[in-house]
Amino acid sequence: MDYTLLFVQVLNGLQLGLLLFLVASGLTLVFGILDFVNLAHGSIYMIGAFICASLTFVLGNFLWAVLVALPLTGIVGYALERIVARNLYDKDHLDHVLGTFGLVLVLDTSAHILWGPAGITVPLPLWLDGQVELFTGAVIPVFRLLIIGTGLTVATGLFWLVNYTRLGMLIRAGASNRTMVSALGIDIQTLFALVFALGAMLSGLAGMLIAPITGANIGMGGQIIITAFVVIIIGGIGSMKGAFIAAIIIGLIDTLGRSFLDTLFTLIMNENAAETAAPAVSAMMIYILMAVILAVKPQGLFPPKVR
Amino acid sequence: MAPLLNINGLCKSFGGVIATDDVNLDVQKGEIHAIIGPNGAGKTTLIAQLSGALRPDAGTVTLNGSDITHKPAYARAKLGITRSFQITSLVMGMTVIDNVALAVQANDGHSFKFIKPARKIHRIRDKAMKSLEKVGLNTRANDLVSALSHGEHRQMEIAVALASEAELMLLDEPMAGLGAAESAKLVDFLTGLKGQRTILLIEHDMDAVFALADRISVLVYGRIIATGLPSEIRANKAVRHAYLGEE
Amino acid sequence: MNNLTKVGWVTVMGMIALAILPPYFLLTGQAFYMDLATRLVILGIAAVSLNLILGFGGMVSFGHAAFIGLGAYAVGIPSYHATWGGFDLIASYNGLLHLVLALGVSALFALITGAISLRTKGVYFIMITMAFGQMAFFLFQSLDVYNGDDGLTIDVRSELPFINLDSPMQLYGLSYISLVIAMLLVKTIVNSRFGMVLQGAKGNNERMVTLGYNTYLYRLAAYVISGVMCGYAGFLLGNFTTFISPDMMHWTRSGELMFMVILGGAATAFGPVLGSSVFILVEEILSSFTIFWHLPFGLMLIGVVLFIRGGLMGLFKGKGK
Repeated sequence: MDYTLLFVQVLNGLQLGLLLFLVASGLTLVFGILDFVNLAHGSIYMIGAFICASLTFVLGNFLWAVLVALPLTGIVGYALERIVARNLYDKDHLDHVLGTFGLVLVLDTSAHILWGPAGITVPLPLWLDGQVELFTGAVIPVFRLLIIGTGLTVATGLFWLVNYTRLGMLIRAGASNRTMVSALGIDIQTLFALVFALGAMLSGLAGMLIAPITGANIGMGGQIIITAFVVIIIGGIGSMKGAFIAAIIIGLIDTLGRSFLDTLFTLIMNENAAETAAPAVSAMMIYILMAVILAVKPQGLFPPKVR
Repeated sequence: MAPLLNINGLCKSFGGVIATDDVNLDVQKGEIHAIIGPNGAGKTTLIAQLSGALRPDAGTVTLNGSDITHKPAYARAKLGITRSFQITSLVMGMTVIDNVALAVQANDGHSFKFIKPARKIHRIRDKAMKSLEKVGLNTRANDLVSALSHGEHRQMEIAVALASEAELMLLDEPMAGLGAAESAKLVDFLTGLKGQRTILLIEHDMDAVFALADRISVLVYGRIIATGLPSEIRANKAVRHAYLGEE
Repeated sequence: MNNLTKVGWVTVMGMIALAILPPYFLLTGQAFYMDLATRLVILGIAAVSLNLILGFGGMVSFGHAAFIGLGAYAVGIPSYHATWGGFDLIASYNGLLHLVLALGVSALFALITGAISLRTKGVYFIMITMAFGQMAFFLFQSLDVYNGDDGLTIDVRSELPFINLDSPMQLYGLSYISLVIAMLLVKTIVNSRFGMVLQGAKGNNERMVTLGYNTYLYRLAAYVISGVMCGYAGFLLGNFTTFISPDMMHWTRSGELMFMVILGGAATAFGPVLGSSVFILVEEILSSFTIFWHLPFGLMLIGVVLFIRGGLMGLFKGKGK
C-alpha cells in the first residue's frame, strides 16, 4: 500500500469533513434552536461562493473577498429569516421542507440570473496557490492546509460559543425552553434571527473556501445539502459535537472510498468487476454507513437530550 | 389468590433523579386499586412502565403470572392492559366512533385487512357504539373528536378503555379538569364497573379515590410508603404527614 | 353516495375531463397536449401513491422519486441489454418481465429503506428518506454501463400483450386506467381496517400502540405498497419518455412530487391528481415564457405553503374548520 498517497488522501478527507462540518453546524444549530428544517441552507453555501467569487475580482484578492463576503452572507441569511423562515416556524416540518424547497428554486434561479449558468472560477493569490512537500512525496496544496486550519479554528470557536458564552447559554436555553427565555426579557425574535444569520455565515464560509477548488456553480448547493443532512442524522440532529464527529467520519470515508475501494475490491474479485462495483459502492457508502448507524441508534450518535 | 398484576422491585431514574424507587405492588383481580401521592411522586412514570411506554432500569412486572417486563407496549395491550392518558390522547382528526372502533378492532385479530370497508363491519361498530352508550356519548358518535369538549374527551378516554376489553385498566387521572357534577357521574360509572374490570387508578381527587378504591397505595418520591384499605390509609400517620397533611 | 359533495363533483368532472380531452387533442392533431396529459397522468399515479403514506399515513417521504427511477430503469436496462447484448438473465423486450422487475425492485427497495427509515420519526424520517433517494440517484450516476449521468435511451418499448405502447393513444389509455385503479386502490385501502390503523397512527401513534397495534409493521406495509405503486408509475414513465437518467431520482424530483400532493390537497382522493395537473400546466406555461421559470415557480411554492391550507381541494370544501 502506498502510505504517502494514504496520508494525502486522509488530509483530503479531513478537508472535506471540515467543510461538511461548516455546513452541517449551521444546519444543526438552526434545527436545534429554531426547530426549523432548512433545505435552502445549501443555497446559502452557493451564494457565499458566488459573492466571494465576484468580490475576488472586484477587490483583487481572495482573502479580502472572504472577509467582506462573510458579513454579506450573514445579511442574506438575516433577510431570509425575516422574510420567509420566520413565517414558517409555527408550521410543521413538512411545510418547512416545502417552503424552503421553494426558496431553493428561487435562490438557485436568482444566482443563475445574476452570475450566469457557467459558474465562476476563483483565482488564488500566488502565495496560496503553491504546494508544499510535507515529507518525501507528500505534496499538499497550501490552500488545502488553509481550509483545514480555518475549519479547525471555526470548530473550536463554535464549541467555545455554544458552551462558554452568554449567547451560547441563551442558545441552549432557547432550545429547551422558549417561553423561559422570553420571560427573561430577551428578545427571542432577534436571537433567532442572529442564530439564522450565524448559520448562514458558516455555510457561506464553506462555499467560499471550496470556490477556489471547484469554482462557484449553481448545482453546488443541492449537492452539499444532502450530505450535510446525512452528517447531522448520523451525529444526532441538534448536536454540535455529533455534527463534528460525523462530518469528519463522512469526509474520510467518502474520500478514502473513492480512491482506495477499487484496489480493495481487486483483492476479492477480478479487475473488471472491481472497476464497475467500486464507484457504485463508494457512491453509496455514506448512505450505507448512515443506515447501519441508524439501525443501531435511530436518533444518531449523540441524540439530543430534550425533545 | 395470585394477583392479576405483580410489580416487584421496580426502579427507574432519569439522569440521577429517581422517579421509581424499588416499588413493590400487587393488584388483585377485580379490585380498584388507587395510587395517590403528591405531584412529582412518579405516578405517571409508574403507569408508563406498566403500559410499556418506558423501560424500567430494574425489577419485574408480571401479568397473570407471565413476565411482561420487556414486552413492547403493543404486546402488553394484547395481553390485556390498557391505559388512559392524563392529558387527553385521542386521534383528534377522526370521528368519535372511529376512535372507539379502533380499540375494538385491536382485539379482533390482526388488521392487515385491506379490502372490506372498516365502517361496514357491524360486529366492530356495534361494540364501539355500546361502549359509547355506556359513557353517554352515543349521540356524538359521528362528530370529530376535535369538536368535543374537555369533559367529553375524558369520557371518551374511558369509552376507549372499555372498548379495548382489557382486563386491567390503568387510568391516569380520569377526573382531571372535570367539574364536580361530571366527576360524580364518572365515580358512579366506575363504581358500576367494579368486579368486571380491574382498575389501577391514579387520581388527585381524594373524594373520588376514597369513594372508589378497594385499596390504596401511597407513592412519595418514587417509593410506596403505605398500602392498605382506605380506612387504614386515612389513619396512617406517615401518610398524613407526607401527603394528606399538606392539603 | 347519492348526493355528490362539491369535492365529489370536482373529482368526477376532473376525471371525465382527463378521459375525454387528451384523446380529443390527439385526434385534432394537437399531439403536444396529449404528451402533456400523458406525463401529467403518470405523475398523477406517483402522487396518488405518495399520498397514501404522506396524506393518510403522515409519513413525509422525501425520496419517492427513487421509485420512479427504479421503475423506469426496470424498462431501460433489460431493453438495453436486449439490443446491445450482455446480462442474458434479464435482457428482454418482454413488458411483463419489465413490469415484474419494476414492481419487485421497488418493493425490495421500499422494504429495506422503509425498515430503517421507519425506526425514526419526524424530521429524521424526512431527511433519511431523502438521503436514501439520493443514494439511488448516485448509484445510477456511477453506473457507466448505462451512461451514468447522461442517461439511457430506450430504443424498444416494453412489449405487452393486447396493448401497443408505441401508440400514444394506447399508452395514454393504459396510463389513465392505471390512474383510476390507483385512486380506487388507495380509497379502498384507506377505508379498510388497515387504513383505519394507518390513519390512527398518523393522528396519535402512542394511542395506537397502547391499543395493541404494532404500528411500525402497518406503516412499513403502507410504505411498501406506496413504493410499488410509484415504481409502476416509473414503468409507465420510462415507456413514455423513452429516455431515462438518474435525474429522475434527484431529490428535487421528490420535492416536486411532494409539492403536487400538498398543492392538490393531501389525504383527498383527487388532490394529488389535481396537484400534478396544476403543477405540470404551470410549469409548461411558465417555461414557455422564460428559462428562469423556476423563480416564479419557487415563489408560488412558498405562497402555497404560507397561504393555502389543505391545498386546492381544501378550497372546494368551503370554509370548514
